[in-house]
Amino acid sequence: MKQFFSFFKKEVYHITRDKLTLSIMLSLPVVLLLVLGYAISTDIKNVPFVVLDETKSILSLQLVEKLSQNKYFELAGYLHSSSEIESHFQKGDTKLALVIPSSFNSDMLLSEAAIQVIVDASNPNEASTIANYAQLMIQQYMQTQARGQAPLAPIRTEVKMLYNPQMESTYNMVPGIIGLLMILICALMTSVSVVREKEMGTMEILLSSPLRPTTIIIAKALPYLIVGLIDNVLVIALAHFVLGVPIAGNLFLVFFLAFLFTFCALALGLLISTITDTQRSAMIASGAGLMLPTMLMSGIIFPISSMPDILQWISCINPARWFVAAIRDVMIRGVGLVEIWEELLILLGMTVFLIALSIRKFKNRL
Amino acid sequence: MKAIEVKGLTKRFGQFTAVDQITFEVEQGEIFGFLGANGAGKTTAMRMLCGLLNPTSGYGKVAGFDIYKNTNDIKRNIGYMSQKFSLYEDLTATENFELFGGIYGLSRKEIKSKTEKVFADLGLQAQRKLLVKSLPLGIKQKVSFAVSTFHSPKIVFLDEPTGGVDPMARRTFWEMIYAAAEHGITSFVTTHYMDEAEYCNRISIMVDGQIRALDTPSNLKREFQSESMEEVFHALARQAKRSGE
Amino acid sequence: MKTLSFLLKKEFLQVFRNKLIGRLLVALPLFQLTVIPWAATFDQRNIPLSIVDNDNSSYSRKLADKITSSGFFKLMDYIPSHEKALNTLENGKSRLILDIPADFEKNLVNGNSPKLMLSIDAVNGQEAGLGLSYISQIINMFGAEIVSSNEHAVLVDVSPSYRFNPEMNYHNYMVPGIIVLLVSIIGGMLSALNIVSEKEIGTIEQINVTPVSKVTFILGKLIPFWVIGIILLSFGMLVARIVYGIAPAGNILSIYTFGFLYLLAFTGLGLMISNFAQTQQQAMFVILFFLIIFILISGLFTPVSSMPDWAQKLTLFNPIRYYVEVMRLVYLKGSSFTDILPLIYKMLVFVTVLNTLAVWSYRKTNG
Repeated sequence: MKQFFSFFKKEVYHITRDKLTLSIMLSLPVVLLLVLGYAISTDIKNVPFVVLDETKSILSLQLVEKLSQNKYFELAGYLHSSSEIESHFQKGDTKLALVIPSSFNSDMLLSEAAIQVIVDASNPNEASTIANYAQLMIQQYMQTQARGQAPLAPIRTEVKMLYNPQMESTYNMVPGIIGLLMILICALMTSVSVVREKEMGTMEILLSSPLRPTTIIIAKALPYLIVGLIDNVLVIALAHFVLGVPIAGNLFLVFFLAFLFTFCALALGLLISTITDTQRSAMIASGAGLMLPTMLMSGIIFPISSMPDILQWISCINPARWFVAAIRDVMIRGVGLVEIWEELLILLGMTVFLIALSIRKFKNRL
Repeated sequence: MKAIEVKGLTKRFGQFTAVDQITFEVEQGEIFGFLGANGAGKTTAMRMLCGLLNPTSGYGKVAGFDIYKNTNDIKRNIGYMSQKFSLYEDLTATENFELFGGIYGLSRKEIKSKTEKVFADLGLQAQRKLLVKSLPLGIKQKVSFAVSTFHSPKIVFLDEPTGGVDPMARRTFWEMIYAAAEHGITSFVTTHYMDEAEYCNRISIMVDGQIRALDTPSNLKREFQSESMEEVFHALARQAKRSGE
Repeated sequence: MKTLSFLLKKEFLQVFRNKLIGRLLVALPLFQLTVIPWAATFDQRNIPLSIVDNDNSSYSRKLADKITSSGFFKLMDYIPSHEKALNTLENGKSRLILDIPADFEKNLVNGNSPKLMLSIDAVNGQEAGLGLSYISQIINMFGAEIVSSNEHAVLVDVSPSYRFNPEMNYHNYMVPGIIVLLVSIIGGMLSALNIVSEKEIGTIEQINVTPVSKVTFILGKLIPFWVIGIILLSFGMLVARIVYGIAPAGNILSIYTFGFLYLLAFTGLGLMISNFAQTQQQAMFVILFFLIIFILISGLFTPVSSMPDWAQKLTLFNPIRYYVEVMRLVYLKGSSFTDILPLIYKMLVFVTVLNTLAVWSYRKTNG
């Protein structure tokens, strides 16, 4: 035990004496979450649209005004000829073009009016949502204009958006971003720890000392666990108090999950550190190797359920996938331990496995 | 012209005066030993002379060029071999020669013929295609010295060049320094080995950032009434107020 | 110039001798181009749906059939009560619940406009929105079919036409952007780690005592990563062509012209970080910081127009945003060189500023 503490102290000195790195480790997640929590959004709003109005009637003007008044669309200008449509799309300054034919006004009375909605479908999802909104709004407007003659819609629907009634994308994004940041930062923290000793030549001293590999590995992880925990408290507080993400479930459970995940990420970093030979390799393996898979295969931006089966299977080995799913459930849906025991168990298993593997790999050098 | 001329050279880091008003001269072709305990300020002084560090105050000329204004002219005329081993380990010895020869503006033909000569002189024909990292330390240091003198500089700065190698290898290393001196290359060497200090034409000993002694080894031994340089060094080092790292 | 050629040879030898970098240069592009386009998709098929059918009439069953046969929804179960259905939402078994009221058929036939209730799990707002718009469309169509047979209605025909990507293929949209990711991540990380690793190993000293000029040194570092970037760019476009059958609608030269500048700018950023950092770990943290922000607010995964105003302004300083935009303009819309000229000017500013900083921040003499 005494051995352990003296070695632990050495590791703490490494961290606290390098003020610059320490402040980067503490400020990085805060700044990133602050920027990304606000900035990343999948809501459709302020989509710029152009209008080619061949009737210039009161009705068509009102229609355009109505469209530009809501939060989804923003009028970018009127066109004079249909040839301009193409060039606006090519420059990328509009996503939607509305063509109101010259016959529009009179047709309206005969109820055969046709408005053309041209959408930039480069991004198909955005396009179908935009087209949907535009169609819906035009039809609604037409129905109010033709009131008296028109019946109610044949079937009405009442929609309840549960858990996230405003459909805020921050609710969905923020827990995901926390997962992304924690795994990257924690893995990067520990991924140099062992390999740096190899590069500096101090490894030989460690190996020839009576310290047991388990002691060395645990003592290396612990100080970073403290840094990781501080990071966790910071980002969760930020998410709740600044970004307004609810914590519907048990706060203790939220932190427990976060701590477990942090430990898992640190263990992953340690493993990388034990199997690489240079700091550069370790950095690249943890940076380049973890960034994209975590960003894209944890359900942070893209739902895992929309991936092909094989990728859904692959995503199971990604710890962030389980953490993000569980923390979202607890924070937003407010579920308890019973609903997320599966995720907890998997994360725990991964952590134990990673630590054991690091110790084993470390021993192999003896 | 002197190879090195220094008057009142000083370097402060905040409150700490690493090098305190040092003054000395080095003749051309001389082998000058620059001694001192760890933390005495040797490396800092050497880095200023090489143009790696800006001095705080004082006057200095290396190879006739001012250490404030003409650092690039200085760099063209010196070679440097540092405490940390500074060859590219993932290149072969040949590739290291080619790189540094190229940087100093030697033509490809010159590089080729010089490389041949160096390998012949060092007897390393067999190792020319091996990556530097696979060479033994003693050979690495010889290659390193060959790199630092490859462009025939006027002065070569050697910062603890023989650290960690066996006496046999150190001996052959010093033979290389003597050979260089015969070609008129001035050597400015720091070392911890006092037997090596005896090989120098003149030596200076730094304590707490100041030069406390400067003369030929035999004169110094007489002055301190000592049998060996070892004793001279200890007599001076005991006065030190700051401890080495 | 001659000095530069020696420096370049050294850098290339070092890059290609490093086994990890060699593997990375093959593995990462393959992973990015084969996996990401499939992972980065919102394509909502088979949204799990539960139906609470209180009517159990032929019309209610017809509606359910219509919804499940659309391909967008997967019927999990018919559930007798709304409360039980809510449970399936909570444990994630379904995302959407459709409640059909008891007198659905009667009201529909009598023209009384029956009211359906949709309960949607909106934790992921976008997913919920898409699901809602799919199901509303189906319900409206169903209603219109029933009604049009016996009543006249004012129906304004709003016909959407989808330009540039008529098959609505998400890959056409994602793959060109992913090529940008590819070159940015590798180029950024390798260049950010480069100079600082020479600092940590100590070889930089040996360079600093030589008369090599700062500009030559930085160029010697810049060009290798630039060349690697160009190779990766070409490789990425080739894979896009072979695997996904995606080729630029516009001129490939526009892509290269912009790519040349973009890579210069990004490598400059990496080298600048490398100059400021004391350790490789610091350099990695900082380049990750920039990569994460740049990638996530580039419009690659989520539209720039959805961001708040200040974030949209922030994207003006994001080189990745511009290249993603150019790739999509040229690939999907066939935009011409003159169309992207304003973006080229902006990139020139990035190149100048970042590389000036990279040269300036490289210190041969300290203190």
